Amino acid sequence: MTNLHSGGFKAHFCMDLLLLIRRRSDLARPLIFFLIISTLIPLGIAPDPQLLMKLAPGLIWIMSLLATLLSVDSLFGEDFQDGTLQQMLISPNLLFMPVLGKVTAHWLVMGLPLTLLSPLIGLMFSLPVDAMLPMVLSLALGTAVLSFVGAVGAALTLPLRRGGVLLALLVMPLYVPVLIFGSATVQSALDGLLWTGPLAVLAAFLVLAIILCPLAIIGALRVSSEG
Amino acid sequence: MSVDPILEAKNLAFERNEKPLFSPVNLVLSSGEALHIEGPNGCGKTTLFQLLVGLLQPSQGSIEYCGQPLSESRYDYLANVIYIGHQSAVKGMLTAEENLRWLSPAGTSCDELAQALQLVGLQSYADVPCHQLSAGQQRRVALARLATTQAKLWYLDEPFAALDKQGVELVENLMDSHLQNGGAVMFSSHQDLAKITTRKYSMMRAGPCND
Repeated sequence: MTNLHSGGFKAHFCMDLLLLIRRRSDLARPLIFFLIISTLIPLGIAPDPQLLMKLAPGLIWIMSLLATLLSVDSLFGEDFQDGTLQQMLISPNLLFMPVLGKVTAHWLVMGLPLTLLSPLIGLMFSLPVDAMLPMVLSLALGTAVLSFVGAVGAALTLPLRRGGVLLALLVMPLYVPVLIFGSATVQSALDGLLWTGPLAVLAAFLVLAIILCPLAIIGALRVSSEG
Repeated sequence: MSVDPILEAKNLAFERNEKPLFSPVNLVLSSGEALHIEGPNGCGKTTLFQLLVGLLQPSQGSIEYCGQPLSESRYDYLANVIYIGHQSAVKGMLTAEENLRWLSPAGTSCDELAQALQLVGLQSYADVPCHQLSAGQQRRVALARLATTQAKLWYLDEPFAALDKQGVELVENLMDSHLQNGGAVMFSSHQDLAKITTRKYSMMRAGPCND
C-alpha cells in the first residue's frame, strides 16, 4: 500500500494523513486556538453585532492565517529528525509529487477543518448568511495557498532549532496578499458587490503555489539536509 | 580478480568550514565484497556515506557506478542503493510492520514483511508502535529492511550500534547471504565481524589538528 519508494503523490499523502491522525492532540491545537480567539474577541471588544460584522472578514482571515502558521512548522520537522527526509532525498524518483502529497495532507487536516469551522465563527460575529459562501470558498482556496507558502518557509528553517520566529518573518510578506484578497472577498459580499473577482485572484495564487512551491520546497529541503 | 567494480570513488574529499574533513578517499567496491570502514570518531565516516548517496556534494573527486560517472547513471545507482544511517527513518507513531512496509520497496507482500520481521526476531512486535520498542529493537526494525530490499549496494552506517550479540549475528547472516548473491556491502563499525571476511579501509582525519 503506502510506500516511501513508490515516489507517488498517494503514498506520501496517505502516510502523512495517518501520522497526523495518530497525533490528534497536535492537530487540534491550531483549531482550538482558532476557536478560543474567536470567542474572546466578542467578549473583549463589544458584543455589538454591527461592529463585529464590520470586523469579521479581517478577523476571521487573520485568525486562519495565524492558525496555519502555528501548524506549518511541524510539516517536515519529524521527517528531518528521524531520517525519513534523507531517505526521500536519496530516492531515485522526483520529489515533486511526494512534496505535493505532504502539503495536501497538511491542508486536509488544517485548512479544511478551519474552513468548515468558519461558518460557526461567522455566526458568532453576526456575519449575514449571504457572506457565508464567499467566506467558505475564500478560506478553502486561501488556506491551501497558506499551506504551500508556509511549507517553503518550514523547509528553509528546518535545521534551526527554534525556527519559529524566522519562519514567521519569512512567510508573513507572502501571506499578506492572500490576507488582502481573502478578506476582500468577504468584504465585497458584505457590501453587496461582486465577490468573484478577489476569489479568482485567490484561485490564481493557488495555481501558482501548486506549480512553484513544491520546487522551492524541494530546493530548500536539499539545502537544509546538508546543514 | 577481473570483476568490474560496482562502485569506485576517486580522490573524494569534503570540506567543512573550508577545512578538509578527511584525507582524500580512494575506494573500490566489487560485487560479493564487504568493505569495512574504520576510523576514529569524527573522522568523517558518516560524511563519506552521505557523499556516496549524494546527500552531500564532494569538494573534489568523483564517484563512478559500474564504470559510469554518477551524473549519467544517477537513477540506476540510487535505485540500487540502500542506505541505513544513524537516523534510521523508523517512526515512533507507526507499528513495526507499518514502518517496514513504508520503507520496503513497492509491492512487498505481507508474507515477505512477516518473514523479514521474524528474521530480526520481532515477529511478536509487529503490531506494537515503535515508540514502545527499545533502541535495539528499533534498530532491528530498520535493519529488517535488508531482508526486503532488492538493492545491490548496501551502505550501513554503524549497523551494530545498540544491537545485542544475537542481533549482530543476525545482521552478519543477512550480509553474508547478500554477498553470496553477488551484492556488495559497505559498512562502518568499531567492531570486527566474526563470520564474514571483510576488506578494511581506514579513514584518517585530514592532517594534524591545525589550530
